[in-house]
Amino acid sequence: MKIKNIIVTFVSALAILFSTSVVSLAKVVGDKIILGAAISLTGKYSSNGVHTQNGYNMAVDRINEMGGIKVGGKTYKFDIIYYDDESNPKRAAQLAERLISQDGVEFMLGPYSSGLTKAIAPVTEKYGVPMVEANGASRSLFTKGYKYLFAVLAPANLYLDVAIETAVELNGGKGVRIAQAFEQDAFSQDVRLGILDAAERTGSKIIIDDKLPKELNDMAATLAKVKAVKPDVLVVSGHTKGALTAIRQIAEMKVDVPMLAMTHCDAAKLSKQHGKNSQYALCASQWHKTLTYKDDFFKDGMTYAADFEKLFGYDPPYQSAESSAALLVFKDAFERANTFDQKKVRDALADTNMQTFYGNIKFAEGGQNVDKPMVLFQVMCDDAGKCENKVVAPLKWASAELIHPIPKWSER
Amino acid sequence: MDFLIFQVPMLTVQAVLDGLLLGILFALIAYGMALQWGVMNIINIAQGDLVILGGYIAYFMYLYGIHPAWGVIVSPIIMYFVGVIIYKLVINKVVDRDLFISILATFGISILFMQLMNFAFGADVVLANSGYGTTMLFDNSVTLPNSKIFSAFISIVFAIGLVIYMKKSKLGRAIRATAQNARAAKILGVDTEKVYAATFGINAALCGVAGALISITFTIHPYMGLPYTIRSFMIVIVAGLGNLPGVAMSGMGLGVFEEFADYILGTEFRIGSVFLLLVLILVYRRFKLSRKREYLK
Repeated sequence: MKIKNIIVTFVSALAILFSTSVVSLAKVVGDKIILGAAISLTGKYSSNGVHTQNGYNMAVDRINEMGGIKVGGKTYKFDIIYYDDESNPKRAAQLAERLISQDGVEFMLGPYSSGLTKAIAPVTEKYGVPMVEANGASRSLFTKGYKYLFAVLAPANLYLDVAIETAVELNGGKGVRIAQAFEQDAFSQDVRLGILDAAERTGSKIIIDDKLPKELNDMAATLAKVKAVKPDVLVVSGHTKGALTAIRQIAEMKVDVPMLAMTHCDAAKLSKQHGKNSQYALCASQWHKTLTYKDDFFKDGMTYAADFEKLFGYDPPYQSAESSAALLVFKDAFERANTFDQKKVRDALADTNMQTFYGNIKFAEGGQNVDKPMVLFQVMCDDAGKCENKVVAPLKWASAELIHPIPKWSER
Repeated sequence: MDFLIFQVPMLTVQAVLDGLLLGILFALIAYGMALQWGVMNIINIAQGDLVILGGYIAYFMYLYGIHPAWGVIVSPIIMYFVGVIIYKLVINKVVDRDLFISILATFGISILFMQLMNFAFGADVVLANSGYGTTMLFDNSVTLPNSKIFSAFISIVFAIGLVIYMKKSKLGRAIRATAQNARAAKILGVDTEKVYAATFGINAALCGVAGALISITFTIHPYMGLPYTIRSFMIVIVAGLGNLPGVAMSGMGLGVFEEFADYILGTEFRIGSVFLLLVLILVYRRFKLSRKREYLK
């Protein structure tokens, strides 16, 4: 009986070994290029994790339907192995390790958020696995000298740069007085650094510089200060929570500022939750469907948005659009490299210079996309209380004129 | 900039009022914690998660077109039963055990609640709009959202109601007897098991009220419970166990202290300064206690 047990264990161990060694040839199986991704399907980033996954899936299906990827005279199709990283950086790093060393994945797609990308990047770097990521914007990702990391999105310090530039322009080129409140996390602090740069460049003065706690729920003190000192611009960045809290309390406390600029309004669905109170808020966005960039796969932003809605039942946030763009970048790089050699694909990625429906993509030395400016949209509502996000800056893409200064609460 | 509050005197008024309104709401949560800590000797780490769950009840009412203010009635009723169920499933097994075990058990409940809420309601930050408007004082230089005033008012009503209930009702007296001496109460015919279940239920109901109020004054999110647990824990520590008026005072005191710390030290030191205050109070208490012992010698 004992010997039988030992034999069974031995045979099953062999079977497992055999099966994993078969899987570890998985980078390209038959006509499939298998990419790996750790995504937050549960935990606190799960809604954005799902947006990311939907973006990836839509692009995979579209590229496969439209003829796939041609490498070395053969046609391949994309496939993705997903694991749930539970919104946990440690888990994400483990899963990256597992994808590479057990599943044999040789090309990776990024996770959601800067924090998780930071956790995964050292692993992909160690194994020399090219990773195209679409949801990690923190500046620190691009200053570490990573060679295999490529981000299709603009870095965090550029998020609200445009807002300050616009405010200065409207002020006749003179510097403005800025009040800012940023959450104490890597991303928001990077946005803050961007504002500091912009302020210095434009001769603007920062008169309130609050750092909001992570468990942010109340900004009353910051806003009371804003009421007292009357700045020209109020800048807030604290993820979805920050955007929602700011709009609620600005309306409740009747804080009048000529310009209000924020991040994460898209994800916060500001106008849906706050209706007319969110009117006139300026929001930094990586992408907006009305932008007129074009490609062969998704045509343009409007078509992408319509197709996305047909598939998933909601308007695509920029997190989905940039995730779809990551696949387009991979396809382009594979075809130019014309091989699956990781080094050559990496070099091809570094040479990327293309336009997608999401924007132009060209990587700097650090891996960040330098060819796509951020856009600012403004929440605009009609008399019936129906609100829409309209692109107002940069002027080249504007679909509406910026309303400035914001009317006082007493006049609304 | 740090001392803006001294340059603009109205900010002082704003800070005091904001702090008081915030503190009263926190005191309500702490009130529940003090009650079940005193009666059952359990530190409930899941306190904040019960608050958030209560908030979601109000939020869903809002989503279905019912004014979220009704949440302060519906939410505690539902939460009472949630509390009793948690008691029957988990807490009754740890109630007479070491404090550490109850902390572990409620920590587990907390994680479970967070994940379940995330699973059921999604990871989006949500809020319910009361549409209550704003009260302006002193020529618009001090603004108080009516939703905050409403929250504070409801909190006070529930707190006073509970005090009266504890004094007058049969169950209230049984709860107080059990808190004083569970064994003696049992001998005298109090069904302590029932008392414990009711206490935990009442605590959950208070959390439900607070949650509904938070959904209309702030924001809710499945993972946002812990700060409420910590805040109420601190309020109870500062007030001392079994000191219900003390809980109200320390809640309001901490609220005002926090606001002033924000203005004077900066927003980033807001939470830190509260913790520092907690440490100072504990050290001071210990110092006083050791003096007492020496005196007794």
